[in-house]
Amino acid sequence: MKKEKKIILVVDDSELNRALLADMLSEDFEILEAENGMEALQVLQEHELEISLLLLDIVMPVMDGFEVLAMMNQKGWIKTIPVIMISAEAGGTYIDRAYDLGAIDYISRPFDERTVKHRVASNYLLTVKQREMSDMLSSQIYEKEKDNSLMIEILSHIVEFRNGESGMHVLHVHAITEMLLKQLVKMTDKYPLSTKDIRLIGNASALHDIGKISVPSEILNKPGKFTPEEFEIMKRHTVEGAKMLDNIPFRQNEALIRFSYEICRWHHERYDGKGYPDGLKGDDIPISAQVVAIADVYDALTSKRCYKAAFSPDEAVRMILNGECGTFNPILIECLRANADQLKHELSVLSLGQVTDSSIQDTVQQILKNDGPDMTARSVRLLERERMKFRYLSDISREITFEYNAVPEMIKLTEWSAESLGMPEKIVNPSEDPLWCKMFDADNFRRFIEHLRATTPENPILIEKCQLEINGEKTWNKIVAKVLWGDSERPEFEGAIGKIMDVNDDTIALENLEDKANRDSRTGLLNHNAARRIINERLAEGKGKKYALAFFDVDNFKQANDQYGHLFGDEVLETVAARIKANIRTTDIGARMGGDEFIIFMEYTKRVREQIDRIFRRLTVEHRGYKIGVSMGVACTENFDGDYDALFRMADTAQYTVKRGSKCNYCFYDDSMESVLPSADQRKDER
Amino acid sequence: MTVRECYEAMGANYDEAFSRLRSDERIVRFLIKVAEDGSYALLCRSLEEKNMEEAFRAAHTLKGICLNLSLTRLQESASKLTEALRGKTEYTPETVPLFEQVRVDYACAVENIRKLS
Repeated sequence: MKKEKKIILVVDDSELNRALLADMLSEDFEILEAENGMEALQVLQEHELEISLLLLDIVMPVMDGFEVLAMMNQKGWIKTIPVIMISAEAGGTYIDRAYDLGAIDYISRPFDERTVKHRVASNYLLTVKQREMSDMLSSQIYEKEKDNSLMIEILSHIVEFRNGESGMHVLHVHAITEMLLKQLVKMTDKYPLSTKDIRLIGNASALHDIGKISVPSEILNKPGKFTPEEFEIMKRHTVEGAKMLDNIPFRQNEALIRFSYEICRWHHERYDGKGYPDGLKGDDIPISAQVVAIADVYDALTSKRCYKAAFSPDEAVRMILNGECGTFNPILIECLRANADQLKHELSVLSLGQVTDSSIQDTVQQILKNDGPDMTARSVRLLERERMKFRYLSDISREITFEYNAVPEMIKLTEWSAESLGMPEKIVNPSEDPLWCKMFDADNFRRFIEHLRATTPENPILIEKCQLEINGEKTWNKIVAKVLWGDSERPEFEGAIGKIMDVNDDTIALENLEDKANRDSRTGLLNHNAARRIINERLAEGKGKKYALAFFDVDNFKQANDQYGHLFGDEVLETVAARIKANIRTTDIGARMGGDEFIIFMEYTKRVREQIDRIFRRLTVEHRGYKIGVSMGVACTENFDGDYDALFRMADTAQYTVKRGSKCNYCFYDDSMESVLPSADQRKDER
Repeated sequence: MTVRECYEAMGANYDEAFSRLRSDERIVRFLIKVAEDGSYALLCRSLEEKNMEEAFRAAHTLKGICLNLSLTRLQESASKLTEALRGKTEYTPETVPLFEQVRVDYACAVENIRKLS
């Protein structure tokens, strides 16, 4: 087998000298060349870990050999890369200065082949490189994981937000899933899962209920038992979730999406085929979904829900073992039993926020442990392979990755990144480069670098969203970067690695999802939560502006429902909603609070009575021979300095006044109403 | 013309060059590079533009090249010019005559190297 050649960097401004040295050494070494100090630093930057030795001339244009030595000291490279000076300068002071700066030997011209070969070989052997690169490896892994977790956090947050759950459920399911999977691979080799698979399934488990976003909130948050129809709708969240994953444009990580799909669709299947939606049986159910199913059930049992109290962990395990929650894979039951005590402990100490970071750290530790302490020549090869993989992956994943180097200031892009940005792969002095500054506005770039410098070694991740002009088109991009801090006692800012992601499409997709979460599914109006949030924002921002809040319900709606049936009742609600939409401005807010209650929130300048009157009349038009009446109370923010809830209470009070009177009317709140009326609670009971 | 004869015609030391470079083939290959090297042209241009710093570097490089191939005569004149230019920012009385010597020696070297190929 051919021995792998070590690399030597020859730095000399004379092409002939470089060629001569290369000629003498090429039998045993691979030669890289640089024709001045600046080029040498760029090559070092790029191939720091591969270069075994440096042959360095002194007198050169742009940057001379002493400056290169000084920079190598600053960067710490001088400790790991032996430098042999070459020069026709025979003066003693030159040699002394080079030695002072860390050069280890000196070859004077004219070159003698035997001398050159001998000096190079012995100096190379003298300083066989021992390099620590665990930091670099781990940072790359960390980056990847962090990013996936971030995406998942966003998505699962949307579901929880709607579900009214604490957010702990997702974390619990994640923790239980990983624990069970680790136990599973210990107990059997039937399911070939790598450490990475387990991590991905854990991450994907957070998405198991994402389909619930398509379930109307009345059903989702219903405290009582479901009717058969409602249960059918509820069950659809499995298929809906899977469908969403099929449609979502996140495809960077195919395995993650595949696991997420399996989990969403089949986490309610049961081992005996009695689950839903597809009635899969036994190991036809993917193992990812089987594990999440049992994790989901365990956490549901041990948590308090709107329809049940929490069971103790022991009780929950007993119920699952008894088959009270459906049949599970016997091996998984074993795993659960084996981990029962650990589960009890871990779930009790789990808190929001800490989880992602600690699990990522574990993974990194794990991977590093597997690599063992032998970080020498093998590490360099490994690193090279990692780089190749990294480059290849970032190329096929169509992600734009970059490296930023602080001194000398330089940006490096992968081949694909450079091509898609219409940039060269290497940009020296980016802040003064016209091409770079056209893409990344010079001020924005300066700010971005300031933000990089403002991170700390303990918390080196920076995530920023900014607009870039790429090939003449302005798009929103997310930049995720990890700052590289030196490892000395007072760490210095060395640069950063990161990637640029086009989030135009993602932003739109997320906005769509978020919009879905904000809206009432029957009428398409905002739901109460969303309306309250937005109104509170406006009240806080628009101090001094005048707003009116109208609250109303449909008169005798229950009777209409009973008399003409639920379908007609729904039709009335939809009609009212359509009239609201048609008669308010786009800047106004119309929302359905639930049932037959609605609110309208609007800004006005002088008087609001005409606007209210108009809307009231438009709302109370007959529909298919049915007379729609509404009772409306209005509260204004003149001389008012409170939040939404206070404003709503005033509108509610006014509305109650109408309700107690002749109905089908509107009235404005005034203070005198307070004294003559019963308390809000009493009123609620009355309704 | 042998390589030794060429060396003698240029006022260069063949034995020394051979002992270090260890093959005629290699010596010839690099002699041709000397003839193609841009340092001399850069030296002429820099002196014309009175860029003394650049002229110093070019003379220095030329000297280095000659050293490698034991082109003794050219190396000596290049070396003298290098020292005369070191740290200078303008012409001195010795600049022109020293350069003239380099010009003559360089022309001689190139002429003889061309005969080899």
